[in-house]
Amino acid sequence: MTGRLATLDADAARTDLEQWSRSAEDKLVPAAEAVAALVPEGAVIGVGGTNHARTPMALLIEVLRQGRGGLTLARPLSCFEAELFIATGAADRVMTSWVGIGHGWGLAAVLRHCVEKGLVAFEEWSHLGIGLRYKAGAMGVPFLPTVSMLGSDIDAGLDLAKVRCPYTGQILNAVPSLNPDVALVHVQRADRRGNAQIDGYELMDADVALAARRLIISAEEIVPTEVLQKDPARTVIPSFAVDAVVHQPFGAYPHECYGHYEADLAEFGEYVRSVKAGGIDGARAYVDRLLGFPDHDSYVAAAGSERLAALRRTAEELMPR
Amino acid sequence: MTDLVQPTEELVPQHGDARPDEIMTIAASRLLEDGKVLFAGIGQPLVAAAIAKRRQAPGLTVLLEGGMIDIELLPGELPASTNELRAAVGAAMLTSASDIFLMAQRGFFDYGFIGAAQVDAYGNVNTSLIGKPDAPSVRLPGPGGANDIASMCNQTVIVTAHERRRFVEQVDFVTSPGHLRGGASRQEAGLRHGGPAWVVTDLALLDFEPGSRRMRVRSLQAGVTLEQVEQATGFELLVHEDLDHLPPVTDDELRVLRHLVGGPEETA
Repeated sequence: MTGRLATLDADAARTDLEQWSRSAEDKLVPAAEAVAALVPEGAVIGVGGTNHARTPMALLIEVLRQGRGGLTLARPLSCFEAELFIATGAADRVMTSWVGIGHGWGLAAVLRHCVEKGLVAFEEWSHLGIGLRYKAGAMGVPFLPTVSMLGSDIDAGLDLAKVRCPYTGQILNAVPSLNPDVALVHVQRADRRGNAQIDGYELMDADVALAARRLIISAEEIVPTEVLQKDPARTVIPSFAVDAVVHQPFGAYPHECYGHYEADLAEFGEYVRSVKAGGIDGARAYVDRLLGFPDHDSYVAAAGSERLAALRRTAEELMPR
Repeated sequence: MTDLVQPTEELVPQHGDARPDEIMTIAASRLLEDGKVLFAGIGQPLVAAAIAKRRQAPGLTVLLEGGMIDIELLPGELPASTNELRAAVGAAMLTSASDIFLMAQRGFFDYGFIGAAQVDAYGNVNTSLIGKPDAPSVRLPGPGGANDIASMCNQTVIVTAHERRRFVEQVDFVTSPGHLRGGASRQEAGLRHGGPAWVVTDLALLDFEPGSRRMRVRSLQAGVTLEQVEQATGFELLVHEDLDHLPPVTDDELRVLRHLVGGPEETA
């Protein structure tokens, strides 16, 4: 076990939680305020969603806008949001099972460039490896046992400790907990106190939310608590785990949000073209364009109302009926 | 499998219109039995599953790492990612991504289909990097769910194009464990269940010799010779004593496949 893994300690996270007081009242704040208060330099950020599903893009872009550096992005499957952080040097480590752009657009060119040149650390885990890191963090235990990664070079690279079952003698990997410094999670709806509901596939978001030391929720809709009370089983994040709530329609754009809009592939194309034309500088130019917008609403609006309506229509058509 | 194979002596040519990737996908689809549970990835595995569901295995349960269980696979609407709206259409259950893998660890999943950038003589798969781990010449996307699938499903099926640069004696990096160094080494590493059962390519169907756990040619694709397979493999292959040929792709299999990936219903 490396010192680096061992420093991410569930017991220390618990002590931190006991000393941290969260307001029980209104947590609704603008994204800029939430990020300024809760995302420190050098943070390990637990990024909600996976791949291009429910990525907290508005919050991530705000982190870039505020110029944080030395970041680690932890995410089970990463899409091109990771490249925006790598290209600009905002993140020097990704902790993930996969980085790609998807949609048959080939390898993630910026990630490749930066890993092959040694500019960024790719800390490679299995998908469940990341899931169990969060689950252990959410459960308040320092590790969870699993057969995941046994015998592989992922295991060798991480130098995972083994545990022997005290009952059967079975050897298992001991996956250390991860309590990210802060997690960013985008949801369909929340109340002003932070009780949050996720529709569709939850992915690993309830675990990352409970594991995180600080938590910012962005939500498509802010609703009165009475709305949540009509379907309480859908509430997967309790208000007492939440530090800030940001109201952000199209908060995952250009990625998708189940029930609200599908991914905007034209915008993916914009990014890919930028990288094809200019490599890592192309990715930086794309980030400059993003940061040229004063906020997420104006970035989204630039897509045009017709395009946005089409994204909403497709998502609606793909809902169960 | 036995009802699908025929004696080697009868050299039947492959379907004249089928492309290599289609031949491979269709061969993979034939492995899937009705009533079983398949952990599928995007691309050829999902197409293979969809073909099987429309032919011999209507009761096959297909699930994805995004947490979608028993999904519908609609022609022209196959998802591009395991975590997206199209992947959830018709799902009987949506659960968390961790839950899916924990169900795999529990032993519920009969098959796990994975692809490979490199595969070695013992069925170890690399999708992480080419070169040395600390200074890779090519960084690949990583395992995604493949390490867990290969560690936990009751049998792993590796589906990949048969190329010498992919079929190497030893992979540069074991992303997803196969039979590790052969023999009992997989069990000794703590992986008591599962392991690669089949490798499906455009040239052959391969299995693993029970004692050594080394890759073995079980059946050749229609119209393919053993020499072609050996030429396309970067290590010495074992050959099954009852080596035979798979039947050629049928018109119906090709029609179903092409309709699923977006072609008109009467294609092929």
